[in-house]
Amino acid sequence: MKDYAGPIELSLRINGETRRVQARPGDSLLRLLRERLGLTGTKCGCENGDCGACTVLVDGAPIKSCMALAVECEGSDILTIEGLRGHPVQKAFAVENGFQCGFCTPGMILNAVALLSAHPEEDEEADREWMQSNICRCTGYEGIRLALASARRSLKD
Amino acid sequence: MTRTSQLGSSPERSDAPAKTSGALRYTDDRVRPGTLHAAVLYSPHAHADIGRIDCAAALAFPGVRGAFTGADWPDVLIGLYMGDKPPLARGRVRYYGEPVAVVVADDEAAALEALRLIRADFTPLPALGSPREALAPGAPILHPDLGSYRRIAAILPEPGSNVANRSRIRKGDADAALASSPVVVEGEFSFPPGDHAAMEPRVAIAEFGLDGRLTVGSSTQSPFGVRTLLSKALGLPERDIEVIAAPVGGGFGGKAGIQLEPLACLLAMRFPGRPVRLANTREADMVSSPGRPGLQSRVRVGATREGMIQAMDMELLFDSGAYADYAVNVSRAAAVACTGPYNVPNVKADTLCVYTNHPFATAFRGFGHIELSYATERALDLLAARLGMDPLELRLKNAARPGHTTPTGATLDPNTGDLPACIARVRERLDWDAGRRAVLPDGRIRAKGIACFWKAPAIPTFTDAAATLSFAEDGSAVLATGVVELGQGSFDGLRLIVAEALGMDLAMVRVLRDADTDRSPHDWTTAASRSLFMAGRAALEAVADAVAQIKRVASAPLRCPEEDLEVSGGRVFLRDDPEQGLPLSTVVLGYVYPNGNAIGGPVIGRGRYIARGLSGMDPDTGEGRPGLEWTMGAEGVEVELDPRDGGFRVTKAACAMDVGRLIHPALARGQVVGAMGMGIGYATREAFVFDSRQGVQNGSLRDYKLLRYGEEPEYFADFVETPQGDGPYGARGLGEQGIIGMPGAIAQAASLAAGVELNELPLTPEHLWRAMREARS
Ligand code: FES
Ligand code: FES
Repeated sequence: MKDYAGPIELSLRINGETRRVQARPGDSLLRLLRERLGLTGTKCGCENGDCGACTVLVDGAPIKSCMALAVECEGSDILTIEGLRGHPVQKAFAVENGFQCGFCTPGMILNAVALLSAHPEEDEEADREWMQSNICRCTGYEGIRLALASARRSLKD
Repeated sequence: MTRTSQLGSSPERSDAPAKTSGALRYTDDRVRPGTLHAAVLYSPHAHADIGRIDCAAALAFPGVRGAFTGADWPDVLIGLYMGDKPPLARGRVRYYGEPVAVVVADDEAAALEALRLIRADFTPLPALGSPREALAPGAPILHPDLGSYRRIAAILPEPGSNVANRSRIRKGDADAALASSPVVVEGEFSFPPGDHAAMEPRVAIAEFGLDGRLTVGSSTQSPFGVRTLLSKALGLPERDIEVIAAPVGGGFGGKAGIQLEPLACLLAMRFPGRPVRLANTREADMVSSPGRPGLQSRVRVGATREGMIQAMDMELLFDSGAYADYAVNVSRAAAVACTGPYNVPNVKADTLCVYTNHPFATAFRGFGHIELSYATERALDLLAARLGMDPLELRLKNAARPGHTTPTGATLDPNTGDLPACIARVRERLDWDAGRRAVLPDGRIRAKGIACFWKAPAIPTFTDAAATLSFAEDGSAVLATGVVELGQGSFDGLRLIVAEALGMDLAMVRVLRDADTDRSPHDWTTAASRSLFMAGRAALEAVADAVAQIKRVASAPLRCPEEDLEVSGGRVFLRDDPEQGLPLSTVVLGYVYPNGNAIGGPVIGRGRYIARGLSGMDPDTGEGRPGLEWTMGAEGVEVELDPRDGGFRVTKAACAMDVGRLIHPALARGQVVGAMGMGIGYATREAFVFDSRQGVQNGSLRDYKLLRYGEEPEYFADFVETPQGDGPYGARGLGEQGIIGMPGAIAQAASLAAGVELNELPLTPEHLWRAMREARS
C-alpha cells in the first residue's frame, strides 16, 4: 500500500496517451478528468455513485469515476468518451435516438460498450443489471434499448 | 426540379455527433481558469428564525475570498411573477435547504471546507406541511409582506393569508346544475411535491467584467427571461447583461425560471473581473432549488344517468412551498384547463397557489395539467363506477370537440384536435374491449386504465419568437433563434421546416447551438411546448424574407422579373425554364459579375412571431382567451399487481395525440415516450418524503427513486393529424403532453386491480399493500 500526502504528480494512461497531472490524494477520477485534463465529456450528475453519468472504463470495466480516487487508477488503462471514436455503440445511439439532452449519454455509451463486450449474445437479465446503474431522465429508455440491440447486431457482424 | 422534401421523415439528430462523442459543452463544461467557486450553507430547518451567523472563521480559511449572508443584500427580492424571495434567507428560513450563507474561494474544496466553519443559530418555528394546514385559521403567515411584493397583474395574492394566487372559474351555474344533476360524485385527491431530477444539476457562472458588463452562463431554459429578471433584481439595464444558454442537460420546466443566477451575479459583482461559479450538488438541486408542486384537491361532478357531465365544482390547492416562483402561474394555468378535455357546461373552480414550508415549486412538464388531470380523471372514475359505465365510454361521451367552450369560455375552433380519434387508437392498442381486469394464473392481477388530456401553453399574451437566416459561402443556411436545446429536439424540427421551405438539402441547414441574449433574436422562453410552433412560424417568415432577397439579387444577372424566379435545390432559377439559374452560393453573399462588379450583399432573412389573439382572464369568472393552441390526446396503461405484496408494474403505456402535423416523427415519439416514462415515475414512486418537521428525507438519487432501465413498459405512441391552421405546416406543440394523463390512467388501473380507490400518489407497492389490507379489514 502506498502512502500519499500533499499534492502529488500522477501519471495516468488515458485514451491511449500517458498524461502527467498534479492531483490531491483525495481527488476523484471524475474531478481530475474534468477539471485538470479538460475531459468534460465525462459528466457529473450526482457525485454520489447513484446516476452513472460519470461512467468511464478502467481496464475495460465500467467505473463510476466520481467514486474512484484518481490515485487508484495509476497503471490502469482509462477510457473516456473522448477516446471512443466511431464505435458501433455510438452510431447505434445516434441512429436509434438513444439520447435526448445527451447528459447521460457518455456514461450510457461506455457502460453499454463494456456490457456488449462481456455479453455479446442477447441477455435481458445482464442488460438490465448493467444498464440499471445509469439513469436517463429523458428517453424513458426506449431508444437506449433499441440502441443496445442494434449495436449488439452490428458488433456481431 | 424536384424538391427535396424531408418533412415527416426522421433524419438523424443534428446534435448526435456532439452528444455521442462527448464534444458537446454544457454550461459547467466551460469553466475558465481563475474562476472563483461558491459553496452554499443550506438551512437544516424548514421554518426557523435565524439568529447570529458568524462567518469569521470561514473568512480566515486559506483561499477564501468572501463569505456572505442575507444581510449583505438587504433589499434584493427575486421572483418570476412576484418578487418574494431573497437571494439568501433574511431573518427567517422558510424551507429545508434554503440558502443561508455562501462562501467564495479560489477552489471548490476550500469553499466547502470553509463552509463548515460558519456558525449559524436558528430558533425553529412550527412548519406548515400542506396547503390545507396553511389555509387553516391561525396558521402562521409565511409572508407577512405579501401585500407589498412587486408582481404582475395576472397574479392575485391574498395578503394576510398564505394564498400566493387564487384563480377563479365561474362558467354557467355550477351550483344549480349540481343540485339538479341526478348523479353526483365527490372525491379528494392528492400527492406530495417532488423534483424534476434533470440529469444536469443547475449551474450559473457569472462574471462582472472590468468593463461593467455582466455575463452569465447558465443552465437555463430562459436566457431572455433571466436577463429581464436580473435587470430588475440587480438594477442593471438589460443592455449591460448577457445571458448565455448552452444546451441544457434536461429542463422539464425546472430551469425555466430564475434560480442560481441572481446569487451568482451578486457574488460576481463583489469580485469584478473574476468569474464566480455557483453549481448545485445533486442534493442541493433536488431540495434547495425548486421542484414541482404538490396537490390537495376536491372535485365534485354532476351528470345525467346517461353519463353526460352537467357540472364540475373543484378546488385545486397547489403546494407551492416557501416561495411562489412559477407555481403562481401553474395554479392559474390549471384554472384555464381545469375540467380536462371534456365538455362541461357549468364550472366552478378555485385554483390556489399556497405557501407552505416545503421546498418551493416551479414549472414542471405539464404546468399544472398533471394536477388538474389527475384530479378530474379520478373524479370521472368515481362517476363511471357510480354509473356502472366503462370509463372509456364515459370519456368518449364527454370528449371536447370543436364548438364546445373551455372553462374560460373560449370556443374550441376547428383547429382543435380530434380527441375521439385518439381515444379510439388507445382502445385498439390496449385491446380495451377484451376486458379491463384479469387474474393471471400466478395470482397477479392485470388491469387497464385510460385518461384523456389537453393542454394549451400558459403563456403571456405577448409571447414571442424570432429568427434570422443567414448564409455561408457554400450556400448553406444558418438559422438563429433564441430557443434553447434541452434535448427536446426543437432544432431538428426547425431545420426540417427551414429545409422544406427553402427546398434545400437538410445537410445544408444548421441551427445555432447556444442561445445568447447578445446575439440571438429575442425569444420568450423555451417552455410551454411552443418552440416548434412559434419559432417555426418565425423561421418560415425568415425563409420567405431571405427568398425574396435572393430573388431580388438574382433577377439582375438572370435578367428577369423577381416573380419569375424560384428557389429550390440550392439554386435560384426561372420557374418556366429551370435550366436558367444560379447556385445559391453565387447569390447569398452578393452576386459578382465577370467584370468584378458586385451587387446585393449578404442575405439575412428576418422572421418574427407573436402569440395571436390572447387575452387575460377576468379575475372573478376567469373569462378570456389565455390558451393559444390546444393539444389533445388520450393515454392508457396496463398494469400488473401482485396482491400478496403490492408489487406493481406498468407493463404497457399507450398515448395517442393529435399533433396537427408530424414534422419529425422519431423526435415526436421520443418526446411522448420520454414523457410517459416520466409519468410512470411520477405516479408510482416520485415524491418527497417529509419528516414531522418538514425536512426532506429523500433528497438524493439514492432515495428518490427514478425509473431505471428495464422498468419501462412497452410503449405505444400514435399520432393523429388534424392540422393546426396557424401552426408551421399545421404542427402544434407536443413536448409535455405525454406525461399529463399518466397518473390518472395508472391510478385508475391500479384501483381496478387492487379493488380499492387509490386517491393518493405515489402508488408505491407499500401504499398499495396498505390500501388493500385496509380495504379487507
Ligand atoms: S456522478 Fe458518478 S454516479 Fe452520478
Ligand atoms: S438523454 Fe437526458 S438524461 Fe438521458
